[in-house]
Amino acid sequence: MSEAAADSSADLVAAVKILPEFRGETSWEVPKERLVELMTALKKEGMTYLVDITAVDNQGEDPRFEVVYELCDLSSRKHLRVKTRAAEGEPVPSVCSVWKGADWHEREAWDMVGVKFSGHPDLRRILMWDGYPHHPLRKDFPLEGLPTEMPDIAFTAKAPLEGGPFVTSPAPFSHEREPRAHPAEERSL
Amino acid sequence: MSTATTTMEFGDTLARTAEMAPQLDVGEKLVLNIGPSHPSTHGVLRLVLELDGEVITKADTDVGYLHRGDEKIAENMTWNQFVPYTDRLDYLAPLANNVAYTCAVEKLMGYDLPPRAKVTRVICCELARISAHLLGLGAFAMDVGAMTMFLYTFTEREKIYNLIELLTGARFTTSFTRVGGQTRDLPPGFLDGVKEFSEQFMGKLDEFGKMLNRNRIFVDRTKDIGVISSTAALDFGLTGPNLRGSGNDYDVRKYFPYLGYETYDFEVPVGQTGDCYDRFAVRMEEMRQSVKILLQAVAKMPGGPWMVSDPKSILPPKDKVLTKMEELIHQFIVVTQGPDAPPGEVYFGAENPKGELGFYLNSRGGGVPHRLKIRAPSFCNLGILNTLLPGHTVSDVPAILGSIDFVMGECDR
Amino acid sequence: MAGTITGAMGYNSKVEGNIVLTTLDAAVNWMRKNSLWPMPMGLACCAIELMASASSRFDIARFGAEVMRFSPRQSDLMIVAGTVTYKMALATKRIWDQMAEPKWCIAMGACASTGGMYRSYAVLQGIDHLVPVDVYVSGCPPRPEAVLEALMTLQDKIARSRGVVLNQKQAA
Ligand code: SF4
Repeated sequence: MSEAAADSSADLVAAVKILPEFRGETSWEVPKERLVELMTALKKEGMTYLVDITAVDNQGEDPRFEVVYELCDLSSRKHLRVKTRAAEGEPVPSVCSVWKGADWHEREAWDMVGVKFSGHPDLRRILMWDGYPHHPLRKDFPLEGLPTEMPDIAFTAKAPLEGGPFVTSPAPFSHEREPRAHPAEERSL
Repeated sequence: MSTATTTMEFGDTLARTAEMAPQLDVGEKLVLNIGPSHPSTHGVLRLVLELDGEVITKADTDVGYLHRGDEKIAENMTWNQFVPYTDRLDYLAPLANNVAYTCAVEKLMGYDLPPRAKVTRVICCELARISAHLLGLGAFAMDVGAMTMFLYTFTEREKIYNLIELLTGARFTTSFTRVGGQTRDLPPGFLDGVKEFSEQFMGKLDEFGKMLNRNRIFVDRTKDIGVISSTAALDFGLTGPNLRGSGNDYDVRKYFPYLGYETYDFEVPVGQTGDCYDRFAVRMEEMRQSVKILLQAVAKMPGGPWMVSDPKSILPPKDKVLTKMEELIHQFIVVTQGPDAPPGEVYFGAENPKGELGFYLNSRGGGVPHRLKIRAPSFCNLGILNTLLPGHTVSDVPAILGSIDFVMGECDR
Repeated sequence: MAGTITGAMGYNSKVEGNIVLTTLDAAVNWMRKNSLWPMPMGLACCAIELMASASSRFDIARFGAEVMRFSPRQSDLMIVAGTVTYKMALATKRIWDQMAEPKWCIAMGACASTGGMYRSYAVLQGIDHLVPVDVYVSGCPPRPEAVLEALMTLQDKIARSRGVVLNQKQAA
């Protein structure tokens, strides 16, 4: 695959960083400025099926967000993951012009994680309603939600979590990872 | 606007729409809202249609009325705790979701399942496929005016429910799989039950076919309606029967075999025109193929263990937990902290009744995912509606929605 | 109940035994409880079990509630089957408001009753925050038998209600 991209442009290849293989899956990382160029070239090379787009919030890292594209070449039965990174507020170029199916995936990434896509024809919220102020899948957004109010459209409230589902938090030490009840001040709706 | 309807030629809908766009753009527009609570939307989908007379000129699909925050919940749970939530994604085929999710986690962990677990899971997937297609079929037929089908398909579904209940204890919120295997081994009598069901089901399927194939109303309302071309289907990321109805033979079970699907003898049916009728026909044939797989799986069910053995991350057998100290400690650790997954990221896609259900897992190590993304086939399949619906009349909408066969639980997650 | 009355003039022995005397309340309640027309608010997984209870094996028609109406104006029992999300919440309320009195509500399943296993930012923690609920059904999902049981419980409740005439006067 990499030589395929090579004949389209040598410095595009230089821009791509090949990440170590994990469980037999190939991942590339590309700076977001070259993303559309790379995707167009890849689609020409047979990666006709865009499986999924995921946005990941790595809070505390710089740049904060990671956008992950899963691609699939159906004729040679290959899978490829392309990743790009963006800081908060920085838009990632949209790949809607390459695959039409990217439209909803990018809207979802914007809605849930709050990554903007430049050049997207219609970047609205998709799962939550227009006007909802938060991006729920950000790490600093609490699971129980935050109260909001939009007359005639929707409202939200905090969900009571006490005694609710087991909640563990990722931590290096096992005693910190044990499921715990939430502190008293969080326990009222 | 009578001219617009008379000059319509059936063919590639997308091309037709583009061609008709200038003609459609005259006259007064009526905005029609369908849903989120409407019988033909199979749940809580909302469509905002712009009409010129009877013809749809613009469609806006609004999803998210069943967005329950599954992905956020997953980030706060251990790997095994999330299994019950996968039941409620595509709630017509919970067993298949369970299998897809745990296969993804096992890929992350690097486990290879023992043969008995694999064959058990194949049976689970195929039973789920039949049950989901049956409901899809019944609802589709009801949408286009054939009520009886629904009652017939539900009779068959109840038989599958009985089997599933025997296997898991629940009718459809099964939560059957765990990372590394299943919650329990097959109960006695289950395989015979599956065999018995499969054998009688073929006859029923022929009956269903007869009821619809030559039903004038059904055929008229589905032939050449909602045509999706093969390239458009791929471009929009359609999967499952919707993609195959358009003549593309992508089936994860054949292209990226998992659970030993390469060792089963089955075919992948494809349609020709990609209209509603083709998608229906593909589903009918897929059920036949599933029965074929079921019979093969029952015949070759191997003995031996049905769980991976890795005491650090896999739940130990219950009798040992109750009698041995070490197993008790392992059980405690696995339950409270979750199986210890290595850091890394994987994508695993499985062929579910609705299409490719994929899980992208991003792990930072430890018992909880850092990010879990569900690639929901219904979500991707519905993405085409905005482009597909314009050019059709309002009465085609139930037929198209029924043939796309989506589940909102999965679409909105 | 009552048979046909023939030969209305004077005393007629045929009438004897064909007339039942009862209170207006009881008569009206009897009619209401045996012809509940449900509005299936099928929101999520529970809706599948609701469909199962309406179809061949469980047959909700035995209790006079098979007339599923998707129009709120024609129905008098709302069965909320499934997870009510915040996005859907006000739409559900609106449908409830459109139903004509007298009306009842069954919250089917853990989600509709309490939010169930979805303690999250997107899910309303029980439809009773917005709509008065008559019967709660536990289970995730409740089995069709449980739905039928809830229906019978509701029928009992309707049979016990009083003041039909009074209520209408007050409403007028
Ligand atoms: S109670 Fe359970 S089955 Fe019913 S809608 Fe909620 S999650 Fe689904």
